Amino acid sequence: MHENLAIETRGLTKVYGSGHTEVVAMHDATMGVRHGELVALLGPSGAGKSTFLTAVGLINPPTSGQILIGGVLVLDGPVPSVNLRTFRRQHIGFIFQKSNLIPFLSARENVQIALELNGVGSRQARHRAMELLEELGVADRAENDPPMLSGGEQQRVAIARALANQPSVILADEPTAALDSQRGRQVMELLRGVAHQHGAGVIVVTHDHRTLDVFDTIYEMEDGLIRQRTSQLNVAQ
Amino acid sequence: MNLAAKDIQHNLGRFALTIVGIGMLLTIVMGMGGIYRGLVEDATLLVERIGADLWVVQRDTRGPFAEVSRVPKTLVYRVLAVPGVESAREFVFHTVQREHNGKALRMAILGLSWPLDKGEWLPLVAGRPLAQNHYEMVADQTLGLRLHERIKLGKETYTIVGITTGMASTAGDGMVFVTAWDSQAIQFDTPPEAIRLERAARQRRSEAEDLFLSQPMLTERLSRPVAEIPAVASPQLSAVVVRVAPGADPAAVAATISTWNDVSIFTKDGQKELLLKGMVDKSRRQLGMFRALLTIIAAIIMALILYTLTLDKLHSIALLKLIGAPDRVILGLILQQAIVLGGAGFGIAYLVGQKLFPYFPRRVVVTNEDLLQLALIVLGISVLSSLLGIWKAMRVEPNQALMG
Repeated sequence: MHENLAIETRGLTKVYGSGHTEVVAMHDATMGVRHGELVALLGPSGAGKSTFLTAVGLINPPTSGQILIGGVLVLDGPVPSVNLRTFRRQHIGFIFQKSNLIPFLSARENVQIALELNGVGSRQARHRAMELLEELGVADRAENDPPMLSGGEQQRVAIARALANQPSVILADEPTAALDSQRGRQVMELLRGVAHQHGAGVIVVTHDHRTLDVFDTIYEMEDGLIRQRTSQLNVAQ
Repeated sequence: MNLAAKDIQHNLGRFALTIVGIGMLLTIVMGMGGIYRGLVEDATLLVERIGADLWVVQRDTRGPFAEVSRVPKTLVYRVLAVPGVESAREFVFHTVQREHNGKALRMAILGLSWPLDKGEWLPLVAGRPLAQNHYEMVADQTLGLRLHERIKLGKETYTIVGITTGMASTAGDGMVFVTAWDSQAIQFDTPPEAIRLERAARQRRSEAEDLFLSQPMLTERLSRPVAEIPAVASPQLSAVVVRVAPGADPAAVAATISTWNDVSIFTKDGQKELLLKGMVDKSRRQLGMFRALLTIIAAIIMALILYTLTLDKLHSIALLKLIGAPDRVILGLILQQAIVLGGAGFGIAYLVGQKLFPYFPRRVVVTNEDLLQLALIVLGISVLSSLLGIWKAMRVEPNQALMG
């Protein structure tokens, strides 16, 4: 695999249960995402996309296989080589389907908390949060609580939060599912901008085939198996 | 950024209502403690304030509070003759119930040993101590009597010349203070018809006695008031209260008096012990147990509230974990809210108590020590009750945030 990979998975397998109740949710999932690359992961429900996403998000370790982030072997099977929560805080950003902002924090505070948790001082975190919100075009809603924001605005705030600690990897789980097609495309284009400008490897689980043109690489997952469908990045190169 | 404060700020109405609820619960806990303390203080109030080192009562009784005690008036002079006694005073104590302005009025009447004791030691909030040996009365404000008001007790009318505060009997009845003489007049007041019947009965009994037949003048004396008949004792005292001279040994004085066959003697501490271990013991223990029960209930309710508040935040907690918040941040969120709930609830309980407790029929005494003790208990409850919520929060998996 390439040395300059934001994230690399090698033969990830996840098995739930044992004996006659054993279910293989993911089998030999191998993927490499470069810095600045926007990757789509497609597949029907139950294909293992969420299992893959939670594994690379260091939430639900695989049964076997390896995960390397920024060239560091983070998980060798279920065995971590680092403190997963700390590593996740420093190197991974998350964007979700909907409403995954903390409801009792304003838009700015939702971004600021991610920075403060990473040890950034309150004043500096506040300043940086405002910068990110400005970059994503929601600075005017900075002091609003999440329920007062539209779905698209909420996703922009979530993207700002995901970017807060300049992660090497951003994982997005159907970020446009709750948005109409126009706002969905805007969010996907934002993610492409984020990947290219911030140099993060971005993996997006999506069902939205109308926006596939914004992705650099598209993977498909079915029955726990992952395969690359196309690489527009490679085509472009 | 303080997440606990942000959450409280965001759900201010809900938190405020919860705090008010906890505050009211703690008001009850505080009130029970205050009633408990009030009972103890009321029980020992007179013994503490009357300034007696020793109490001389009827032989083999635990008087004058725990049971009835009768001692002759002359006992005062016998006690005064004991070396080391600085003063000996009459003590007359009894309770009456009369109707006043259409309501039942219970008064504990204490006779002061005029002219030695005019009630200068009483905590007056209005008026003055007694200035004459008859027909004046100092009353506690809980009785609702007004200064200069006139009240008829027995055959006499008494004028309220002073108002005290915080003077209640063991039973919680407000006290009035008159001279011992007046107190006995109230206690031993007999209706005229009863006196006439008693004289007639005496007359009949005398007609059968040789002594009265041979000395007709004696028969004539039977028609006079009871107090004027030498053969009949004058009204008796409840006890004699003794103050020991500076430098004298109270134990030596007590030892001398205890050799007399007609009286028993108690020290101040002994009298307090009689009251606390006898008269109010069951009430005290019952209140104590009830208070402990309420404290446990408060702890359970707080735990349930905090657990529910935590359940409502599980998604946010999962999210915080997902973005890498360490456990101490989650723990701090729940613990700080628990302490804020407990602390603010305690504050409300204190404020409500300050306004409410004076209207309670019995005295509610909330001392600084009791407040500190309750504050520590609330702190303990807050920490303990948050454990359930913390336990739940610690079990939340970050991937729960992905479930939407």
